[in-house]
Amino acid sequence: MKFLQYLLYGILFGIILIKSEVASWFRIQEMFHFQSFHMYGVIGTAVVLGIIGIQLIKKFEMRDFRGEKIVFHDKDKSIARYLIGGIIFGLGWALTGACPGPMVALLGYGYVVIIVAFLSAAFGTFVYGLLRDKLPH
Amino acid sequence: MDIIHQPWPWYVGGTAIAAIMFLLIFSGKEFGFSDNLRTIVCMCGGGKFSKFLDFDWKQRLWNLTFMAGTLLGGWIAYTYMRSEEPMQLSSSFFSTLDSWGLTGDVKPGELIPESLFNFGQLGSIAGIVIIIFGGFFVGFGARYAGGCTSGHAISGLSNLQLPSLIAVIGFFIGGLFVSNILYPWLLNL
Repeated sequence: MKFLQYLLYGILFGIILIKSEVASWFRIQEMFHFQSFHMYGVIGTAVVLGIIGIQLIKKFEMRDFRGEKIVFHDKDKSIARYLIGGIIFGLGWALTGACPGPMVALLGYGYVVIIVAFLSAAFGTFVYGLLRDKLPH
Repeated sequence: MDIIHQPWPWYVGGTAIAAIMFLLIFSGKEFGFSDNLRTIVCMCGGGKFSKFLDFDWKQRLWNLTFMAGTLLGGWIAYTYMRSEEPMQLSSSFFSTLDSWGLTGDVKPGELIPESLFNFGQLGSIAGIVIIIFGGFFVGFGARYAGGCTSGHAISGLSNLQLPSLIAVIGFFIGGLFVSNILYPWLLNL
């Protein structure tokens, strides 16, 4: 059961997405209307703590649970793929009111129809795979 | 026991999400949820059609397990931790909801408007655009941009990656358009 730890992290993640209301369509629309601080507070807190933690990991060259040195990979340089891909993702995020993690948490919460959005997202991934070589990156 | 059922404030949610990212980093993994979509497509035989979808999916079993946990976590939150109050949304957003005719959907324990998200809606233009096209854009855009909210907005920004900032700006361009222009139009069709 070497994956048990990931199951546990996933369970925590699902509970977090629901209880902090990040998985809520209402919160996403509220965010895109700048009508509440909530989502900005959640993402902002995570990013500020993330920046501090990652800087500490790098500074002290920390090792992971298995004793191996933690390495971070820089993302490939480009503007087109991040901007165009980002805009397309943003359209979907606001339409469904959920990104992939929240979709799965909402399914578990009992919103069965979200399976349709999730399967559509898998199909979108497939179509990206087909068109990848023809798209600007 | 009310503390179990109450929604969490933003600083608890943000701290908890950062903690998940660090648990994965200290397990030698990267936090990126939409990677699972690619793995699922690969397992379904997508590799026959695209090199991008052809890889050793067994290397990603840990992330699929994480996803299974997320599903279970959603169920646990519903079964044992469901809020007994309607969501405390801002009053200015309530006037937006009012103009969309969705105020009645803010009910105890509900996180999304059930009048938009049900199988019957799949027979309407609004439902098809919101659920089917919306899902498609999430999957297509996440892979095109090389990550979703967890990979770019959380992990990427935390590692001060300029590409992630560009992606997040893109998320907002798309999201602002849909929420402020497309939704009012769709819901008044």
